[in-house]
Amino acid sequence: MAGEVSIEQIADEMYQLVADSAGQKKLKATDLTKAMTSKYGDQVSKQDCKDAIKMLIDSGRCIYGYFGGSSIEIPHREGSEN
Amino acid sequence: MSDDLKTPLLDELEKGPWPSFVKDLKQMASKKPMVKDLLRQLEKSYRDKRGYWKHGGLVGIMGYGGGVIGRYTALPDEFPGVSHFHTLRVNQPSGWFYTSKALNELMDIWDAHGSGLLNVHGSTGDLVFLGTVTDELEPTFRDLTAKDWDLGGSGSDLRTPSCCVGPARCENACYDTLALTYDLTHKYQDELHRPMFNYKYKIKMSGCPNDCTAAIARSDMGIIGIWKDDIQVDQAAFAEYVDSGMDIQGSVVDKCPTGCISVEGKEIKIDNSNCVKCMHCINTLPKALRVGKERGAAVTIGAKAPIVEGALFGSVMIPFMKMDNFEDMHDLIERIWEFWDEHGKNRERIGECVERIGLATFIEGIGLDPVPQMVKQPRDNPYIFYEEYYEEES
Ligand code: HEM
Ligand code: HEM
Ligand code: SF4
Ligand code: SF4
Repeated sequence: MAGEVSIEQIADEMYQLVADSAGQKKLKATDLTKAMTSKYGDQVSKQDCKDAIKMLIDSGRCIYGYFGGSSIEIPHREGSEN
Repeated sequence: MSDDLKTPLLDELEKGPWPSFVKDLKQMASKKPMVKDLLRQLEKSYRDKRGYWKHGGLVGIMGYGGGVIGRYTALPDEFPGVSHFHTLRVNQPSGWFYTSKALNELMDIWDAHGSGLLNVHGSTGDLVFLGTVTDELEPTFRDLTAKDWDLGGSGSDLRTPSCCVGPARCENACYDTLALTYDLTHKYQDELHRPMFNYKYKIKMSGCPNDCTAAIARSDMGIIGIWKDDIQVDQAAFAEYVDSGMDIQGSVVDKCPTGCISVEGKEIKIDNSNCVKCMHCINTLPKALRVGKERGAAVTIGAKAPIVEGALFGSVMIPFMKMDNFEDMHDLIERIWEFWDEHGKNRERIGECVERIGLATFIEGIGLDPVPQMVKQPRDNPYIFYEEYYEEES
């Protein structure tokens, strides 16, 4: 059932995924959601994942980026800005 | 940055009979150094026949994944004024109605924080602010929201919904395009500001098949007004057209694509069962003919410009839908997004997803029954115009 894993925990795990792939692969909202639903099955819903992403973005832990499609990233200065 | 500005190639564009954007830019360049470098870089692009912009990246407003398009020069040493030149999309009012006070406020905000250059409007629908630096993004946003404006969409999100003037100005409107645009914009704020889709999703609303927003060619989802019953006829007004000497046969009867109009004396007869709602007769005889009374909208899915795959026209998914309330529309939109989320691939628009998976699967997936009026796109590529088509016309 959805709701068994807390939004905070989903957010933390998503953050870890983004951190681990930084500099290698750009992850999108759909990638993070699919990772969570395939790990937890129906213990997490898509809405839980949306809420977790919202939490990551609104707290400033993650930001959105755009590289031919929207991605979710850890805030950093990037090459084109320097 | 030296003060002299030599742009011999751009100057050519000022020589024609029409006002040129070069003139606008030069005017602005006297106030804004960044516009001077914009002109210099553009001149170099014209000379070298290549663009020097990089775009994308991490710039944005806190909490927002859309509305700011990061843009940088590839030559910051040569053109430091445009080392950042980000675009902001400002969500336009339904039907593009502004007061001059509102426009003045917008221009003041942009004069204070950016290049002062505007694009009103881009084909996205938004009012576009062209060119500012990263540090000015948040202050611009603060001033915009203080005046009740918000950013529009960009990236893999719901793009700013847009519509024609509809019933505000136009007697052809078969539903309230402005109200639906307003409704969808507010209902789907999360989808608009927090990119969560495979790719962009554009919804455009036109009040009738004249399709002034070009929804059938330019939106993933076109909501186009249409009627079900008979075209309304004012025979007295028709008789006046006949009396005025207008060539009714040549300009109306012969041009009806399904040949369903006939004229007896000063009376027009329309075989409505064969009318395909092309709007031609109504546009030509606006005083005598009017759209029917049983009004609603048709929904097309899948149009797009040729970016990743080729261009597509939309296909009619729903031939007629009542528009008394918008709940059925919300329901349809959400079922489509759910399907796309489930089956779509990264960077795949809904139209491409439907092409790959098959129309039948899609229709079943979103819970529709197939009907013959689900017309496959009438011409394959909206960016290629066949010669035969023009020969026929001329
Ligand atoms: C190179 C010069 C120009 C080009 C390529 C151009 C192109 C266009 C195009 C493509 C449209 C849309 C037509 C449509 O909706 O079917 C348009 C509309 C219009 N243009 Fe131009 N135009 C030019 C110059 C001008 C000038 C000099 C003026 C006025 C001084 C002007 C005034 C308008 C107006 C009033 C509209 C109608 C806008 C509306 O429907 O709301 N244009 N133009
Ligand atoms: C006494 C003077 C004028 C009168 C009575 C007048 C009247 C009108 C009317 C009735 C319309 C149609 C509005 C509608 O579609 O609802 C119109 C449209 C328009 N007028 Fe005028 N007008 C005048 C002066 C001017 C001048 C001086 C200009 C330009 C320098 C101008 C530019 C336009 C344009 C561009 C449109 C099209 C607007 C659009 O497509 O949205 N008009 N005018
Ligand atoms: S699409 Fe139809 S209703 Fe809308 S402005 Fe054009 S003619 Fe009028
Ligand atoms: S709307 Fe088009 S198809 Fe219908 S009667 Fe008029 S011209 Fe013919």
